[in-house]
Amino acid sequence: MSAVLAVADHRRGELRDVSFELLTAGRELADDLDGELHVAVIGGDVESFADKLDRDGVDVVHTVDEGEEFNHDVYVQAVEALCGEIDATAILAPNSVNGLDYAPAVANGLSIPLVTDAVALEYEDGLEVTREMYGSKVETTVEVDADRFFVTIRSGEWPATEDRGDASLEPFEFDLDESAVGSRVTGFEEVGEGDVDISDADVLVSIGRGIEEEENLEIVEALADALDATLAASRPVVDNGWLPKNRQVGQSGKVVTPEVYIAVGISGAVQHVAGMKGAKTIVAINTDPNAPIFDIADYGIVDDLFEVVPELTEQFS
Amino acid sequence: MKVLVTVKEVAEAADDFEISGTEIEEGYLEYDLNEWDDYAIEEAVQLSEERDDVETVGVTIGPERSEETIRMALAKGLDRAVRVWDDAIARQDLLDVDAKARLLEAIVEQEEPDLILSGVQANDDSFGATGVALARQLGVQWAAVVNRMELTEDDTVANVRRELEGGVEELTEVDMPAVLTIQTGINEPRYASLRGIRQAQSKEIDVQGLEDLELGEDAVEGALDLTRMYEPVSESDAEIFEGDPGETAGELAEVLQEKGVGAQ
Ligand SMILES: Cc1cc2nc3c(=O)[nH]c(=O)nc-3n(C[C@H](O)[C@H](O)[C@H](O)COP(=O)(O)OP(=O)(O)OC[C@H]3O[C@@H](n4cnc5c(N)ncnc54)[C@H](O)[C@@H]3O)c2cc1C
Repeated sequence: MSAVLAVADHRRGELRDVSFELLTAGRELADDLDGELHVAVIGGDVESFADKLDRDGVDVVHTVDEGEEFNHDVYVQAVEALCGEIDATAILAPNSVNGLDYAPAVANGLSIPLVTDAVALEYEDGLEVTREMYGSKVETTVEVDADRFFVTIRSGEWPATEDRGDASLEPFEFDLDESAVGSRVTGFEEVGEGDVDISDADVLVSIGRGIEEEENLEIVEALADALDATLAASRPVVDNGWLPKNRQVGQSGKVVTPEVYIAVGISGAVQHVAGMKGAKTIVAINTDPNAPIFDIADYGIVDDLFEVVPELTEQFS
Repeated sequence: MKVLVTVKEVAEAADDFEISGTEIEEGYLEYDLNEWDDYAIEEAVQLSEERDDVETVGVTIGPERSEETIRMALAKGLDRAVRVWDDAIARQDLLDVDAKARLLEAIVEQEEPDLILSGVQANDDSFGATGVALARQLGVQWAAVVNRMELTEDDTVANVRRELEGGVEELTEVDMPAVLTIQTGINEPRYASLRGIRQAQSKEIDVQGLEDLELGEDAVEGALDLTRMYEPVSESDAEIFEGDPGETAGELAEVLQEKGVGAQ
């Protein structure tokens, strides 16, 4: 019987939400393959993680009691060993920063193809993966011509599995080759605290690469002032040092849920959207009518921000 | 020490474009240096400026057109460049991660670098996997999504900071030699100077095909086939305001005012 092996993500004592979405994707794929869904949780408090991962549709949860936090060498060895043990057809993991730190190594080590950042999966005679290219401007399907494969899934694309299940919990032991562990996590740091907390703001004016130059920030600052809003930004603005890190919205920045989010010159890359899709009302101002930000916007203006923003500021002055 | 930087020329789609088959039509594409690789190049160049024993080499897998981009990397300060390409590679519509890792491994065997820097992802196909796959292929260490790196004095360990989700960063020691995938924001990539651009024109780009790398055609035959490409159907029900900037801004202002924005 085919087996799908889904590897959960956790950090600092908590399973990450995408792990529960992974269960849904894993169950669907296991159904298509007419097989079982096995879930692996590696490191940390594996017992309590296993209990939480025992949800509807999960056949077995394997606990690998190795270390507290993520270490890619441990993950690589554990996943490869487990994959051999249950003869997995498919390995699934979140397309997270840690997922991207071990999935390519496992796929390479097992000589199986890897497809990252899947937004949909279908298995009929073979696996077909849907993913995006060119900054989400196009969607593609990729056919995988192999009997075994590794796929990482994008968070937010599958609903989380909520209902409890009746999986069997099985500790998995393997001989960790300590000499092959060549990296050591020495700590964590929180970044981005400072003068303002953008996650508290009711109204955010958020600026992206469309602003072009630091000097041009003035025009959005003027808008934020007029609207009594807080200024936020996409990553390139912060990378350039034009605004501090605590203003960055997105996957590696802050998650914000304001009443109104005005995205100015922001394309809406998936890592940005991850931080602001929960805003109640989303407004986008962008010259590109195909910019992905318009897919989640409630109101939009397809025009040059340098023309529109001053006009808008005027309306409120 | 020698630092190898993987450099990719990426295609960017124009605001409006057309798709034919599984490709965006050529006329709608613009080519540029991959954003993440720009930061990897800068990191290598800064290292060579800080020390006097560092050689920096760029390697790209790409057609002749991509020489423009690799020259850009040279103009920013890399010492040399290698370009891998031939007809068998060109025939692949999607070069999978392992194929790239095999090609790059062959270059690493020639160059024997102490450190390999690669971008976190390429913003055209955004697989985000080449660097880590290459490390495993080579049997060396790695770290993905690095936004700070410092080498110990004896160059045996790289102390890196990995940028995780939600503003959390992980501090990790990585044994060298290693492959690090570099995140944007780690430094401030320089613009190529006119002098750099002039000098880059005369630098040699070493072009190698599968045969030069002692690889067979099967080395680039992957298991992935791109079967469809289409513009995603927008599920958006966004209300788009039409008119000149004065009109659209006016309509938006009305909506915002209804929502109580700026009402103080
Ligand atoms: C691991 C990882 C984590 C990341 N984390 C984050 C994160 O937390 N936050 C984040 O934002 N990004 C993050 N990114 C980066 C992300 O992938 C994008 O590169 C980034 O969001 C793009 O920012 P942007 O939309 O401002 O720029 P672009 O994508 O370059 O878009 C600029 C937009 O401005 C428009 N524009 C240009 N000129 C004008 C004008 N005159 N008027 C109106 N519109 C104009 C363009 O049409 C375009 O749509 C991350 C990436 C990775 C790999």
